[in-house]
Amino acid sequence: MFDLGPHASFIVAAYGVTVVAVGALLIATLEDDRKQRRLLTDLERKGIRRRSAAKPPVKQVAPPVKTTAAKPQATRMPAKRKPAKRKPAKSAATKSRARKSPS
Amino acid sequence: MISLANPTRFLGLVSVVLPWLSALVVILLGTGLYLSFFVAPPDYQQGETVRIMFIHVPAAWLAMFGYTLIAIAALGTLIWRHPLADVAAKTAAPIGATFAFIALVTGSLWGKPMWGTYWVWDARLTSMLVLFLLYLGLIALWQAVEEPGRAGRAAAILALVGAINIPIIKFSVDWWNTLHQPASVFRAGGPTIDPALLTPLFVMAAGFTALFVLLHLIAMRAEILRRRVRALQQTEVARAAMAEA
Repeated sequence: MFDLGPHASFIVAAYGVTVVAVGALLIATLEDDRKQRRLLTDLERKGIRRRSAAKPPVKQVAPPVKTTAAKPQATRMPAKRKPAKRKPAKSAATKSRARKSPS
Repeated sequence: MISLANPTRFLGLVSVVLPWLSALVVILLGTGLYLSFFVAPPDYQQGETVRIMFIHVPAAWLAMFGYTLIAIAALGTLIWRHPLADVAAKTAAPIGATFAFIALVTGSLWGKPMWGTYWVWDARLTSMLVLFLLYLGLIALWQAVEEPGRAGRAAAILALVGAINIPIIKFSVDWWNTLHQPASVFRAGGPTIDPALLTPLFVMAAGFTALFVLLHLIAMRAEILRRRVRALQQTEVARAAMAEA
């Protein structure tokens, strides 16, 4: 073992405190992570899920094969839209008459 | 980067990164400890006690880095109101507090044989103690307010106010006449430390940084899951109340 000199106790104490502090932090962090995962799994097992995770995966089901000839379905055509009524523009003659008319 | 701001994508990335990052931490810290104890020579003035530097200095750097991270995340919480910003800030606080604690204790243990005292009310030491107390204040604030959104906004304001302490810590040794030595690594004229001591210091700093990131990612994942659990428990209570009615 190497010699750490007359102040070995200070060096060992400094490294010891660091190991204990970092170790405690690491254990606490990992334990908290594990606890939250467990709680989330328990809730999901009860059927309580987030909205984004609530929908079951959509299964691709093949459509049933029809044995008889199906009646041709009448396709509904969109109704023809009537053109919007426009106000007839005043003719230039009307406009000039309106301007000339006495108020 | 923007896609990582989605919590679900972030969780997926964390599960991929964690094993690699854990291996990196073990390799860097193992190499750093080997270099610190078996390769680095004793200092011509301080003797073997210089080995405390290999944990004290990285811990102090990461304590300041952690608070800077919280201050940047606080801007994300207040300006963009992004939930991951609040998660990042909240989970960085205990890690930063631990590194600030390590820096204070190891500095004190280094100071006794070198200065003849465990503590002086020196500008650098006092500002570092203030940083540790700021961390404790932030943790207490997050614990005191139950609703995460409100707690996050209040803590973000406190974090931004406290960020003024970071440049004070950095430049305290230049602005005031202190017992603590001046900057000897990141300075204008280059490092004043011998490369035989500088190499283990940088390897240990890299290992500590990787450890910080590892702990932060695990803690962020736990916090995201805690918020999901909280939301689901509220849904469960609401369902039970509707069933009774």
